[in-house]
Parts: sequence; C-alpha cells; structure tokens
Amino acid sequence: MSIDPQKTPNMSLALEFKSSTFSVPVLVLSSDDLVVIEQQLQEKINLAPEFFRNSPLVLDLQEINKHNFNIDIVALADIIRRCGLFPIGIRGGNVQQNEKALEQRIPVYAGHSDGVLAENKKQKAIAPVPGPKTDSDIDIEVITTTLITQPIRSGQRIYTAGDLVILSQVSAGAEIMAEGNIHVYNTLRGRALAGVRGNTEARIFCFDLQAELISIAGNYKVSEDLNESVRNKPVQIYLQDQALIIKDIVQHH
Amino acid sequence: MPRIIVVTSGKGGVGKTTTSAAIAMGLAKKGHKTAVIDFDVGLRNLDLIMGCERRVVYDFVNVINGEATLNQALIRDKNCNLLYILPASQTRDKDALSQEGVGRVLDELKKDFKYIVCDSPAGIEKGAHLAMYFADDAFVVTNPEVSSVRDSDRMLGILASKSRRAEQNDEPIKEYLLLTRYSPERVKLGEMLSVDDVQDILSLHLLGVIPESKSVLNASNSGTPVILDEKSDAGQAYADIIARYLGENRPHRFIEDKKGFFRKFFGSR
Repeated sequence: MSIDPQKTPNMSLALEFKSSTFSVPVLVLSSDDLVVIEQQLQEKINLAPEFFRNSPLVLDLQEINKHNFNIDIVALADIIRRCGLFPIGIRGGNVQQNEKALEQRIPVYAGHSDGVLAENKKQKAIAPVPGPKTDSDIDIEVITTTLITQPIRSGQRIYTAGDLVILSQVSAGAEIMAEGNIHVYNTLRGRALAGVRGNTEARIFCFDLQAELISIAGNYKVSEDLNESVRNKPVQIYLQDQALIIKDIVQHH
Repeated sequence: MPRIIVVTSGKGGVGKTTTSAAIAMGLAKKGHKTAVIDFDVGLRNLDLIMGCERRVVYDFVNVINGEATLNQALIRDKNCNLLYILPASQTRDKDALSQEGVGRVLDELKKDFKYIVCDSPAGIEKGAHLAMYFADDAFVVTNPEVSSVRDSDRMLGILASKSRRAEQNDEPIKEYLLLTRYSPERVKLGEMLSVDDVQDILSLHLLGVIPESKSVLNASNSGTPVILDEKSDAGQAYADIIARYLGENRPHRFIEDKKGFFRKFFGSR
C-alpha cells in the first residue's frame, strides 16, 4: 500500500478511496459455549441457506463480555467459516479478543455507542481499525452512525467516526466531533466539528443554532462571527469554495 | 431499598451544605432513618449548620481508616432521633478519602439507614467525585446566574459519565434541580436568570425553588437546619422539596413575586 508521492502526479489515477455503506448481518453472541453456537448457527442457516451462503458477518461480543464470558476467537472464526460464512469484523471485544481477531486478519470495529461516550473515552476515536482484507476479498466498509439521546453537558466530548445524531441539547462548553455529518435535533450551544478528518462534504444540521463554534473540515466560525439572522434558527451548515455557508434548513423559494 | 443522595453543584457557595442539612432533616422528620455525610474533608461545615460541632469525637476519615467504628463516629441529631451526622475531618485533606473506603462506609450505612445524604464539596476533584460516585439520586444545587448554571451543567456531565451507575451501565443517576437564592424581584429587573432560563439551559426536572431569605443565614448561625423554621419561606420551600421527592404533587411556590403569586391564586385561573 506504499505510494510514492513523487510518481503520482504524472500517472493517470489507478484508484481512489470512496466511502460507502453496506448492510452486513451482525451475529450477537450471548453464550460462550462453542458447541451450542455452532449448532444454533447451523440451524439458522438451514432456514435460509441461500441467504447465508458466503455471507460476510460481523461478530458482536458485547453481550458475552458483559457477562465476563471468555470465548476463543480463533475457534469461533473457524466455526463461522465452517458454516460457510465469512467473518469480516468483530465489535464489542476486549483487548485480548481484539488482538486475537487481528491475528486472524479480522478487522476490529468499535462497539456501538451506549448513549453518551463518556469523557473518559474522549479522543479514543472509534474509527474502525483499517485491518487487512479477509481472504474472501469482499470489499466491505461499515460506517457507523452514532445516536445519542441524553444531553451532552458542558465539558463532555464526543467523537465518532461516522455520522453523529443527537436528539438532546448540546450544552455550552461541550464538544461534538464527527468524521461525517452532525445532526442536532435540539439546541446546539457547544462546539460542533463535522468532517474532522477532512471530509469537505460533511454538514452540520441543528434545530436551534447558538453554537460557540462550528467547523467543517477545519473551516470554522466562532459565535461572534455568526450572523444574527441565523442565530436561534434551524439551520444547515456546509462548505462551499472553502467558505462556511449557514442556511435556513427550510428552503425559501 | 436505601437511596444515596448526593447534593452537588460544581460551584461553591450556592447552598449545598444548607440544602444537605435541610433535606436530611426533612427526610428524618418524615419518619425515614437518615444519615448525612460531610465529604468536605479539610473544610468541614456541616456540623456547624447542624449544630453538633461540639459533639464531634471521631470523623469520616477515622472510620475509613478503621480508627473508629461507624457507630462511634455517627452523631445523633438533637432535634430528631432518626437523623445522624457523619462529620468530615478538619485536619486532613481530600486525599484521605479512598473510593474503596467510601464504598465500604456507604455499604455499612445502607444496612441501617433509608436515606444517605452526601454533602459534596465544591469543585470537580476527588472529594466531589467520591461524593457522587455511589449516588442513586443527585440534587443539583444551582443559583440563578450564568456561572453557577454552567458549573452545574458540567457536574451533570460528570454524573452521567463517571458515576458507578454510569461505569456499570446501570440505570443512570436520577437528577433533580434545586434553584437556590432565588429572588423574583431581581429576576424582574433582569439581574438574575429566571426559572425558565435555567430550565432551558439545563433541561432538568425542577424539584423546587428556594427563595433568597434571611432565615437561611439565621438558621446557619444558630445551627438548626432551616427546614425546622416552618414559618420561613425557605423552610417551607425545603418542606415542599421533600414532599415532591417522596412523590407528593405540590405546586411550585416562590417563583413569582408576591403580587404575581396572589394573582395566580385569586385571579382568573
């Protein structure tokens, strides 16, 4: 994957990275008994063999880790492959499980957010680890959307790799960051930074703009620079020719 | 099930200790065996407000260190025999508290008490953290001015993310707003935030509004919790708060100035 920067300008473009969303079945495990897992998985597959044939699969270990069950990732991956499925990721695993998964060339995805990503998790970006491809060569990329229903209080920070949807208010002194879009279906008083890894297509939507700072792909405005005509209004914010455009969400013709 | 209540605010001087004393007394007066703990190690005040400063032998830190039993350190209130005070140590600092030690003392108290009120120190450091860590309910004490509201908001964020309930993914701490030192006249003059302003920023269940009142200062000076002054506005406001906390439905008072208040009751509504 090494790219020689000297060469690239003269060559015609051989590849480009695009981001897409796929729907992938997730296997949520609630037992550590591999025999039972294999048996029940086979039963499920028998119900719709065509649907499951060569299907990619993400393993969710959150439930079993909640109960402190220990599970052998290597053996588990074997079972899944034996059943004709391709494990393409795990989530909700602990450190050892994640290591084992990577050894098996299974990428590790961040667990789904359980409400507010607390301060103690701040900056631990939940970006999916760019693991090597599975031997099945299926090109899958899972972009997560994080939904938050509780208020984001002053001093709290949220970082998400995908889109961020917040139903509650974001207080002054809070900071929300997303590599994708940000939606706040309530009052936005804190700092909101969308497209933090350079996605200039990212947008911010909010019901009531009172933000301290808004930023898209590093182009920012502080509260003082906000025009009075957009304050306290439902707006969308996007980037056009490197300028932040703040517009009424409702389009007037 | 016993409940652990933390009285907290972030900002200092907003009325945490006054509130802790008043609600602990209020709960005990309602027939619930209640303990109130001073977490402000090094700056102990609760014993003064409760009027038991002359009877302090052992303190919270002694119990944590195993130098005294809980029963030796608990002081029975002179007004109400269902209320006990666990004072803070004045000669130590917050580092004398450990999470494990605090947990042990609270577990022991839970065997015998219905309500355990934790009077948090100001700030968001160790003392405040330990006061809220084990809580089931949080009374967030806020003054109607912007810096106090901001600090309360910060504290709410900590309650939601750093408490034991948050760490163990249990049902979150129940949060209640207590607006103290409220003066409807000054709100009218635009010198203070109104109840609605504060509610708008914090969006929190309002348990009650305590009016700015001389009776609070008098109560502190005489070492009797203000809730015992049944004639005073602040005492009645705290009594309302206890009733609401225990599930009674009481209309809010002390929000509008006197005229508005009477109009509301005798007017067209």
